[in-house]
Amino acid sequence: MDFSLTSEQEMTRQMVREFAERKVSPVIKEYDRSHRPNLDALGRMAELGILGICIPVRYGGAGMDYICLGLACEELERVDTSLRVVMSVHTGLNCLGLFQWGSEQQKQRWLVPQARGERYAAYALTEPGAGSDVVALAATARREGDVYVLNGEKMWISLAAVAHNFLVFAKTDPRAAKAHRGISAFMVEREMAGVTTGDIHGKLGVRAGSTGWISLADVEVPVENRLGEEGEGFKIAMSCLDNGRYTVAAGATGLIRASLEASVAYAHERRTFGREIAEHQLIQQMIARMARDYEMARLLCWKAGWLKNQGQRNTRETSLAKWFATEASFTAASDAVQIHGAYGYSDEYDVERYLRNAKGACIYEGTSQIHELIQAGYALDHRGDRPLRCELPAYDPGYWQT
Amino acid sequence: MHIVVCTKHTPDTEAKMTVDGAGNVSWGESPLIINPWDEYAVEEALVLRDEHGGKVTVISMGPQEALEALKHAVAMGCDEAIRIWDETCAGSDTLATSYVLARAIEQMGDVDLVLFGKSAIDAQTWQVGAAVAKRLGAPSLMYTIKVVELDPDARSITVERLLEEGRQVVSATLPAVVGTTKGINEPRYTSFIGIRKAAKMEYPAWSLDDVGAESDKVGASGSGVRWPEVFAPPAREGEAEMIEAETVEQQAAILVDKLLAEKVI
Ligand SMILES: Cc1cc2nc3c(=O)[nH]c(=O)nc-3n(C[C@H](O)[C@H](O)[C@H](O)COP(=O)(O)OP(=O)(O)OC[C@H]3O[C@@H](n4cnc5c(N)ncnc54)[C@H](O)[C@@H]3O)c2cc1C
Ligand SMILES: Cc1cc2nc3c(=O)[nH]c(=O)nc-3n(C[C@H](O)[C@H](O)[C@H](O)COP(=O)(O)OP(=O)(O)OC[C@H]3O[C@@H](n4cnc5c(N)ncnc54)[C@H](O)[C@@H]3O)c2cc1C
Repeated sequence: MDFSLTSEQEMTRQMVREFAERKVSPVIKEYDRSHRPNLDALGRMAELGILGICIPVRYGGAGMDYICLGLACEELERVDTSLRVVMSVHTGLNCLGLFQWGSEQQKQRWLVPQARGERYAAYALTEPGAGSDVVALAATARREGDVYVLNGEKMWISLAAVAHNFLVFAKTDPRAAKAHRGISAFMVEREMAGVTTGDIHGKLGVRAGSTGWISLADVEVPVENRLGEEGEGFKIAMSCLDNGRYTVAAGATGLIRASLEASVAYAHERRTFGREIAEHQLIQQMIARMARDYEMARLLCWKAGWLKNQGQRNTRETSLAKWFATEASFTAASDAVQIHGAYGYSDEYDVERYLRNAKGACIYEGTSQIHELIQAGYALDHRGDRPLRCELPAYDPGYWQT
Repeated sequence: MHIVVCTKHTPDTEAKMTVDGAGNVSWGESPLIINPWDEYAVEEALVLRDEHGGKVTVISMGPQEALEALKHAVAMGCDEAIRIWDETCAGSDTLATSYVLARAIEQMGDVDLVLFGKSAIDAQTWQVGAAVAKRLGAPSLMYTIKVVELDPDARSITVERLLEEGRQVVSATLPAVVGTTKGINEPRYTSFIGIRKAAKMEYPAWSLDDVGAESDKVGASGSGVRWPEVFAPPAREGEAEMIEAETVEQQAAILVDKLLAEKVI
């Protein structure tokens, strides 16, 4: 067994960390307060190749492995959640979905520009009436000759107002006996007639991120934009989540670390009853728990990333990492606010932002309750994983880097 | 053009330094990084190489850990990297360090330009660059804030130096030694292609024999500086006083009175 990072992984971590500290940290409060996405930083991320970090060089990516993807997410979210969310939807949910399920032509057409960061991508599953209950989605795709006509409303979609390409899930067979077999996946482009988007305002957190709605009104989507087979949409959606959830878990790990670092620094600064608050055992307890949870979350993420590198199915491990890390990040952020006292309650310090952001991650990409059900399902043998028609390829440096 | 950048590994800027009773300095578990000021030297070298062609070699005198600095420089885009080390190098002062570096540069033979950071963030003597220039018999252009012109054919370089009283434009012949300062450029991030190259590359380690250096001129015995005592600086004690008043104007007036009384203004 070997828990050490390779030189490439270590340098990747260092690079993303420097980027986040130099480019995001100094301005994040400003963007968060004004509810604006930091498109400038996003552009730099694209130029640096971070958006295509684990995509093979031949498909426009940086050719690094899945552990590097996780490390990048951890370092980004250690500073702020919003750019990690971009990694989750652009890289995790969309690019890796194309990489796993796309035909060669589809990869050339969408994956290459996305991995290069020339086009931003989103993932549109949730609707006003369907979140956890995915098969309840109401968007439809009606086949008419060489096109599908898409109609429906997507809601709570990260990058809705920013992305160029959307991976949209809609029902090709709304009356399918097994409802999940009636769903198909499509690459929809912003330029297509009938696509309109907007931002949702008044969010608790991820305020420097764009979250919005997409309306599809008689959008004519060519047949060649369908990802996978007709009726394969549910499986595609779920397999994409195996990758998106991994990035969320790794990001939450970074948020725990940020909470821990802020708490340790403040505990040394602040004095009460004649000594540093770091000397009080009840403060120490909160800090000890953060240290414990950081280590646990990180190990769960590394395990999931390692399984991806090996090309092994990791639905269970990824769900576990996501569930644990996000819940632990919320507790860590909440305790960090507690340790900061009234100052933690003000946006002069970063910890209140951590708390607001952490809550979101306990909701998107499977609520904590959904992950509990998944874990119970595995433990009780109520669910198992069947091989997919297209599996996420194992990391092979030779193939990735040429 | 063959440009050489000299770099040193230093503890991370957030590292906490401790000194024990015996005078041993420790940076704890802190990761070692490239001396942050050297990133400006690397960046300038890469810009000049891209403009004039040629290659950039990054060198460091240091133990195994110095590889971290070299790797970072390669991941930024340097072409080659060489580490120079021998157990006898331990404890070298700036006299000895500059001797070894100058020998190594002479060994390479075809060097046109040698770049340095302004200082190393740990020992902060600001000496190594100038000392290497002296040893090479090359012009020393320290505190350079801008390379105005580099003409490889005419074998000349013109730079702007940042001095306390203002700026000075000077020209010199190549080979020359340039000490960079913050502000000369904005160092680039490492790139993924660079990271992969840095991770795979072989880093030749040159010994004192390889560079033709005499061992009695390096290390503690070859150093002019002795460290009779090393101790952590006493923690700075300061007192903060909050000025209370009805209005900001009143607060400002009280502040001015206090500053006058303290003879600060
Ligand atoms: C900031 C943000 C970004 C998002 N980005 C995206 C995106 O990019 N793409 C996308 O498609 N979606 C996105 N979402 C939507 C997100 O995935 C959904 O909100 C999530 O899946 C939950 O769905 P819901 O909000 O409809 O809640 P519901 O499904 O209505 O759930 C309400 C509550 O009921 C619980 N619950 C539901 N079913 C059960 C059950 N069987 N047993 C026990 N409890 C249950 C839930 O855990 C929750 O507590 C985003 C959401 C947010 C907040
Ligand atoms: C832990 C520790 C122990 C030390 N022990 C001793 C000791 O026992 N005796 C003693 O006399 N001194 C000792 N020193 C100090 C030593 O003299 C200097 O670190 C060294 O000579 C370089 O000087 P500087 O760090 O001040 O570099 P500066 O002169 O401030 O650096 C200027 C530039 O020179 C270049 N440079 C500096 N060092 C190197 C290098 N090794 N390789 C390549 N390029 C370089 C870089 O470009 C740097 O930006 C110690 C320092 C440390 C941190």
